[in-house]
Amino acid sequence: MSSSEKPIEAVIGLEVHCQLSTDSKIFATSSTAAGEKPNSLTDPVTLGLPGCLPVLNKKVVEYAIKLGLATHCEIQRESVFARKHYLYPDLPKGYQISQYEKPICLDGHVSVRLKDGVKRIGITRIHLEEDAGKSSHVDDEAISVVDLNRAGVPLVEIVSEPDIRSSEEAGAYMRLLRQTVRYLDISDGNLEEGSLRCDANISVRYEGEEKFGTKVEVKNINSFRYVEKAIDYEIERQSEMLRNGEAISQETRLWDEAKGKTRSMRSKEFAEDYRYFPDPDLLPLMVETDWIESIKEALPELPDQMFERFKSMYGLDDYNADVLTQESLVARYYDQAVSVHGNPSALANWMGTELFGRLNKEGKTIEDCPVSPENLADLVRLIDEEVISGKIAKKVFDEMFSSGARPEAIVEQQGLRQITDESAILAIVEQVLEANPQQLEAYKSGKDKMFGFFVGQVMKQSEGKANPQLVNKLLKEKLT
Amino acid sequence: MNELTSLSVAEMRRGLLSKQFSCAELVDAHLMRIEETNEVLNSFITIASDSARKAAAQADEAILRDADATPPLTGIPVAVKDMLVTKDIETTCASQMLKGFIPPYQCTAVARMCKQGGIIVGKTNLDEFAMGASNENSSFGPVRNPWDTKRVPGGSSGGSAVAVSAGQAPLALGTDTGGSIRQPASLTGVVGMKPTYGRVSRFGAVAFASSLDQIGPFARSVEDLAFLLQAISGKDENDSTSVSEPVPSFSEAIEKGSNDGLKGVRVGVPKEYFIEGMDSAVEEAVRKSLSELEEMGATLVEVSLPHTELAIPTYYILNPAEASSNLARYDGVRYGLREPAKNLREMYAKTRAKGFGPEVKRRIMIGTYVLSAGYYDAYYLKAQQIRTLIINDFKAAFANDCDVIAAPVSPSTAFAIGEKTDSPLQMYLADVFTCPINLAGLPGMSVPCGQDSNGLPIGLQFIGKPFDEASLLRCGQAYFKQSNFDIRAMAKKSSSEFAI
Repeated sequence: MSSSEKPIEAVIGLEVHCQLSTDSKIFATSSTAAGEKPNSLTDPVTLGLPGCLPVLNKKVVEYAIKLGLATHCEIQRESVFARKHYLYPDLPKGYQISQYEKPICLDGHVSVRLKDGVKRIGITRIHLEEDAGKSSHVDDEAISVVDLNRAGVPLVEIVSEPDIRSSEEAGAYMRLLRQTVRYLDISDGNLEEGSLRCDANISVRYEGEEKFGTKVEVKNINSFRYVEKAIDYEIERQSEMLRNGEAISQETRLWDEAKGKTRSMRSKEFAEDYRYFPDPDLLPLMVETDWIESIKEALPELPDQMFERFKSMYGLDDYNADVLTQESLVARYYDQAVSVHGNPSALANWMGTELFGRLNKEGKTIEDCPVSPENLADLVRLIDEEVISGKIAKKVFDEMFSSGARPEAIVEQQGLRQITDESAILAIVEQVLEANPQQLEAYKSGKDKMFGFFVGQVMKQSEGKANPQLVNKLLKEKLT
Repeated sequence: MNELTSLSVAEMRRGLLSKQFSCAELVDAHLMRIEETNEVLNSFITIASDSARKAAAQADEAILRDADATPPLTGIPVAVKDMLVTKDIETTCASQMLKGFIPPYQCTAVARMCKQGGIIVGKTNLDEFAMGASNENSSFGPVRNPWDTKRVPGGSSGGSAVAVSAGQAPLALGTDTGGSIRQPASLTGVVGMKPTYGRVSRFGAVAFASSLDQIGPFARSVEDLAFLLQAISGKDENDSTSVSEPVPSFSEAIEKGSNDGLKGVRVGVPKEYFIEGMDSAVEEAVRKSLSELEEMGATLVEVSLPHTELAIPTYYILNPAEASSNLARYDGVRYGLREPAKNLREMYAKTRAKGFGPEVKRRIMIGTYVLSAGYYDAYYLKAQQIRTLIINDFKAAFANDCDVIAAPVSPSTAFAIGEKTDSPLQMYLADVFTCPINLAGLPGMSVPCGQDSNGLPIGLQFIGKPFDEASLLRCGQAYFKQSNFDIRAMAKKSSSEFAI
């Protein structure tokens, strides 16, 4: 087989930075809020004023431990903060406090669901560090401005093993991380706003080879779509070079979304020497086993566990279980609704179609959903108890969504209760047949289709309130 | 003439409470002394006359209201090394880089001193960013030794040492990274202590070498020193390396030293601290004081600290490594000096080239080198390993043989200005008996113990177990009480007698 035909595989490892949603910064007291006036959320420590010292925020450690436990890492009893040096105006101290040789979490893994099964992706390490500020360059003026509000915001960096083989796997892995940090309530996991940032290490090799190819780091891939596009582009670029026998150079490349390409940022020779050394201002971080245990006990149900439980407990299929467990608040909503009215499949359908449809349309999330899980459950119960029809239920739902009212109240107020009185329906049936002699003739001459027409007319006359089974039954009796 | 400015703190306190003089008078006398002598001695970079007078007026009111309720340092002038950040008072570190920098916050040790009633009279000169042992590396000019104004006062806290020696303030705060309090105390004939690492918060002490830096007091008596040490010691939430070890009553240690002598105290004498090349006058004075300690009831025990000779090379790897990192923040972006330039890289280069003096640049370059990829293991990591051996030397000595260690402070007395400026290495050797104590994180104190043939002061160093400053104070007080060294000599000298 010639080299041009040999199949090529990609080897990918991801480094994901995730902003933790603590109230204050990792080593200082000022707030981590976003969208505030530039440089308003600073203090002497954040500004790197002379003589200031970092003091570790304990909440940040708790959040990192939560994430470590959720990703099956070994939480290290002792970890060490180190200084990573580089000069840039948005880095106030001239170094970033990070963890280097001794991170807080080691040796974990997650399992991602793919089209053709479940894949385990190893987590090499998770470490704590501080974010830098933000530099912007003012057009038409020879100045740059720096906003240090983000400086010192806590981050975890999650480094995966080179277990990922495709953009699909990378996307699934990113989604799972996002889902997990949101379940743990330690980050908003928002890629577009930079709460989650991804760098990818990508290399290619002929299948079956054991040695890794030369890796290229791709930065600036800040949406799920970019992750997949950038990886696909880079795999293609490198595969072509491999086939042509060209040497791939170790370098850092940037994803340029506008051009849909990666471009070289710096080569290995110009790589920074960060001169890491343990930060003498911070003692080694010692974590008591008891504390780890108490965090473990308080961990919420995680996406995988929730997915399996929804399938086994509620009999949901993979699709519905997946949709309902994407967000923990959605899953909790569903759990709550099912506990009020035990029709899991109908509730899953209502949430998957009507509820999500309306939320999307209104740009709302489950958090500010006007329909409570109790009310949605009541609505489904009204259908199941034949108080209203499915069709009327949609109307009631619209009303519930606009006013937040209880379904019973809407049904009573607007007189939407289903008509189950046979004589009342019979009267409408007779009226409809009488008013449509031509269609009646047609039906009698063998056009069975006309039956549906009559059902529709009766429903219309009853403003949708007639019980459909009774309408069917009475029409059949009348027409035979 | 210099009645008020040569008193001890205890005497000042008595005079204030008995209304013999007011805080305003006391502070004015010191401000005047500073004004009269600073042109020659150059010990102050900033004189805080206005804020000091205001604080003195408030202190007088407090004494008038309820004298007994006032804290122990009420109305006492204190000189503060310009390495400590002082709210609303310019803080320069004797560097062009920070000239004009007015901090928006207060150093913890300074705040605690002020809370006990102390009054900042000014910011004292130092070697730029505390890098030096002679105070010649200041961008505000060298400080002169009051005992001989052609000579250096030692460094880096030379200004604070001179302020206390020459009666510009009865107390001063300094910082000690490799000897920067003890050596100038020795060379100017005052008492100075580097407390245990973690005893005093470093918050607001501009970072030089973070694992070695410690703030400490200068005074003209061991008792006075204890007052200031008491005020500044203790855990601070703003410094993770400060320790919650309880702070004992240091006045009890002083009493013990005054009353009980040194009965039962085992004093270790490290053989490695008497080396070839040290001034014979220093060796003689220290040996003589050792026998005096014995006469006071102490038992002398020879101890060995076998890794002593590795201390200087170890120190001069770790110190620049940390310094190069700590000084990375002076980039011209947020505060301090900024040189105009065409682009960012050039702005960094020009600003740092102009803002830092030669010794600071030297340490930044050495430090950057020893931390670089490929050299880290051979230098930084190796130095850390040797540091552990040095720590273990002291541990073993204290565990088996002695309660405190007595040794020289500086291998020489005050040298001439300009004598060692051409040889950084010669200058580094001034730290030979002091930097091991910083590497081990231990408390060390310098007490005057004699003079050389030129009349220049010589210091005796007491080194203690971690957080056992009390034993140093006890030994220091016992020794000091019987000593006939005139610690007030320079404070009593009339201002007009100081000339270059």
